[in-house]
Amino acid sequence: MSSVSTAIQEDNDASVAAATEHASSRPLISIRSVDKIYPNGTEALRNVSLEIPGKPQFVSLLGPSGCGKSTLLRMISGLDHHTGGEIEWPTTAYDYKGRPLAEIGFVFQEPTLMPWATVFDNVYLPLRLKRQKRAKVHDQVMDSLRMVGLEKFAKSYPRELSGGMKMRVSIARALVTKPKVLLMDEPFAALDEITRLKLNNDLLALWEKQNLTVIFVTHSVFESVYLSDRIVVMAARPGRILADLSIDAPYPRTEQFRTSSLYNEHCRDVSGWLKQAMAGVEDEH
Amino acid sequence: MNAMNKIQTSTVAGTPGAKSTARRIAEKTLLQLAPFIFGFFMLAFWEIMVRVNDVPVYLLPGPILIARTLYTDFGSLWPSLVITSRITIEAFLIAAVGGLLLGMLFTSSRWIERCLFPYAVVLQVTPVVAIAPLIIIWAKDTQVALLICAWLVAFFPVVSNAAVGLNSTDRNLINLFQLYGATKPQAMWLLKLPSAMPYFLAGLRISGGLALIGAVVAEFVAGTGGTQSGLAYRILEAGYRLQIPRMFAALFLISATGILIFFVLSLLSRFVLRHWHESAMGDR
Repeated sequence: MSSVSTAIQEDNDASVAAATEHASSRPLISIRSVDKIYPNGTEALRNVSLEIPGKPQFVSLLGPSGCGKSTLLRMISGLDHHTGGEIEWPTTAYDYKGRPLAEIGFVFQEPTLMPWATVFDNVYLPLRLKRQKRAKVHDQVMDSLRMVGLEKFAKSYPRELSGGMKMRVSIARALVTKPKVLLMDEPFAALDEITRLKLNNDLLALWEKQNLTVIFVTHSVFESVYLSDRIVVMAARPGRILADLSIDAPYPRTEQFRTSSLYNEHCRDVSGWLKQAMAGVEDEH
Repeated sequence: MNAMNKIQTSTVAGTPGAKSTARRIAEKTLLQLAPFIFGFFMLAFWEIMVRVNDVPVYLLPGPILIARTLYTDFGSLWPSLVITSRITIEAFLIAAVGGLLLGMLFTSSRWIERCLFPYAVVLQVTPVVAIAPLIIIWAKDTQVALLICAWLVAFFPVVSNAAVGLNSTDRNLINLFQLYGATKPQAMWLLKLPSAMPYFLAGLRISGGLALIGAVVAEFVAGTGGTQSGLAYRILEAGYRLQIPRMFAALFLISATGILIFFVLSLLSRFVLRHWHESAMGDR
């Protein structure tokens, strides 16, 4: 039994290796004319097309509430289904249900930790669900905790941690499978300003070190400009893409970037687009 | 009163930190002891009233006489206590395991829940005294009949609590498990069961006491004599013979058993949930 599963594992590794050779030329995710209509007739998304390239990017989905940015993220992850169009992962392997195989990490708005399990066990969970033995992946889990600076808290329980630390555990868990894409659904929205700024910097540092694409849902102009090299502005009713902007400021970005005129310029530009995205909504009220 | 206030103010002004800590500890200890002190005074009051008013023993014996009876009759009451406790524990264990399994069945299929849950409610709301005679007729062995009665009463809290607990798993965590392709057994073991634990344990605490009540009620209905009889029969028997102190002694043993069950289950709950659930955190 175990020898068979290792063979499959090796096979997957080989196909992933082959895929990465073409990674830069082929898109990582292709979203083509995707619609989402709920059974009650609400149109959540209309004709959304978006291509995430093979080269690592930091993409923010920005828009007012109700523009379908979270829905789009959930559809990319396979948690939600589209009613029209296509979502393709050309370079990845799939599991038997047609979901991309261990290629994504997901960070929810809440830390979403199991309160009865230690920090270690929470981060170990994705590997455990893939039937990896604890002893075998111990170092991998600890590496992931080290990345978010929580290796000393492996034996703690979630209730002993602050809100920011819980979020870090959540990020460590998303990264433990070494995914190509990290999907984040307003991860820092519930945190206080100081913690949020700190986690912004930590996330950027992580992203620069890993060969990773981040798709980051937010409703904050400042957060999206600071973090991303690409911002997709979405409008509501129906949810659609309004603008696809690139933020051409070099990394690593530090606190100095926040006070630069380039940053302000981008913020003004993005705010303009966001205003336009809100315009239709305001008319309705 | 006035003088005490004065003393307190002056000491508080002197060494505020030390004094207030010492006082808090004293207050806490007193709070812990309060029920025992109250109980002691109630018993003393009872004893005094019985003696002063010269109440006959066959109407109301005093606590000292009851204690003495408990001591002298313990040899004959002990086997009955064992029998009642055994039925209670067996019924409780079957209810706990069966209730959890049925709760798991309910969450795995809406259809099964729809079909069975109303009948679980019917069983619960029908007084066990009313069904007990039927069960005693149907069951070949009285012990089995008693077991069924006790189980009937103890079963429902476990099922309903387990079902509620298993259905109130955090949506996001369910999504997370989906995302990593968790199988149904994995989701049950690693997610649904642990998150249902507080509910399940609360159900156990209720059903432990109910199992005892069920066992005692069924014993009353069955009314069997001989060596195989439990504490309830000892109470009936003592009542017929007007041995009121013995009645009270048996009653005391039943209550003590109930308290012990509740205490053990509370400890179990605290132990299982000690790391994460608010209910197990106490005053810390």
